[in-house]
Amino acid sequence: MPTVVLGSARDIVLHCGVPRFLFVDFPLGNPCGRPWDDAMQRRIVGEAVTLFETARAPGTTVESPERWGSDDWRRRYMAVTPDNRDELARRGEDLRRRRAARERRPV
Amino acid sequence: MGQETRSDDTAPVSYMDRTRAFYEAQGFDRAYRWAHHDDTPWAPLARPLSQCTLGLVTTASRYPRAELEPRKVDSGDMADPPERLFTDDLSWDKQATHTDDVNSFCPFAPLEALVRAGRLGALAPRFHCVPTEYSQRATIDHDAPEILRRLREDGADIALLVPL
Repeated sequence: MPTVVLGSARDIVLHCGVPRFLFVDFPLGNPCGRPWDDAMQRRIVGEAVTLFETARAPGTTVESPERWGSDDWRRRYMAVTPDNRDELARRGEDLRRRRAARERRPV
Repeated sequence: MGQETRSDDTAPVSYMDRTRAFYEAQGFDRAYRWAHHDDTPWAPLARPLSQCTLGLVTTASRYPRAELEPRKVDSGDMADPPERLFTDDLSWDKQATHTDDVNSFCPFAPLEALVRAGRLGALAPRFHCVPTEYSQRATIDHDAPEILRRLREDGADIALLVPL
């Protein structure tokens, strides 16, 4: 079945390999457009379905011309900084403890 | 680690590098292995888009999912789309944005507009929620075939896949 992936994690989708990919360079969470921006969402989803017609070979990637409007999110997302390093280490410990507890629970 | 060679301020984010560093900081020693395929399948469009029925697939959920809860393929009604879907358990940029507008990540209204405009033939009667699984085997052996089965059952000719 012909498919189009509409997404924002470019490196992950390209690493996977998909037939047709519309890349929207936005923060993860709103690949179809900014919240409540109906006109932008219609344009982006229109670009995505156009790829069904225009792509001629697997691995076709097109970047949407739409822009988020700011770039500060790029450096911030999942950043490991001196400020959160201890908190992340604690969070990892906590998650491993909860997973282990779940594995010990009788079925 | 070489993908962020353009300015980090404007280049697409290298999520694989970020994720590796983030989990390393949490003390996980085994790096996550992202799905990778040497061959990419190809199915050409069999008829004009204006005659195609489109099926919509999302990684969001119709119900709140607990972090470690087993996940299942689920489907909802396209004719009566939900006003919200649940995304808290997924990795997305919760600082930069929000998912209060369902159409910003699961485009019910934009797709309906494309059908009204005659650009698409119709929408399949159901949309499908694919569980994001740590196990690629679960996705490849079970969830993906189940999604395809449901799409075909619904008469979909084409599918739009929208991961958050």
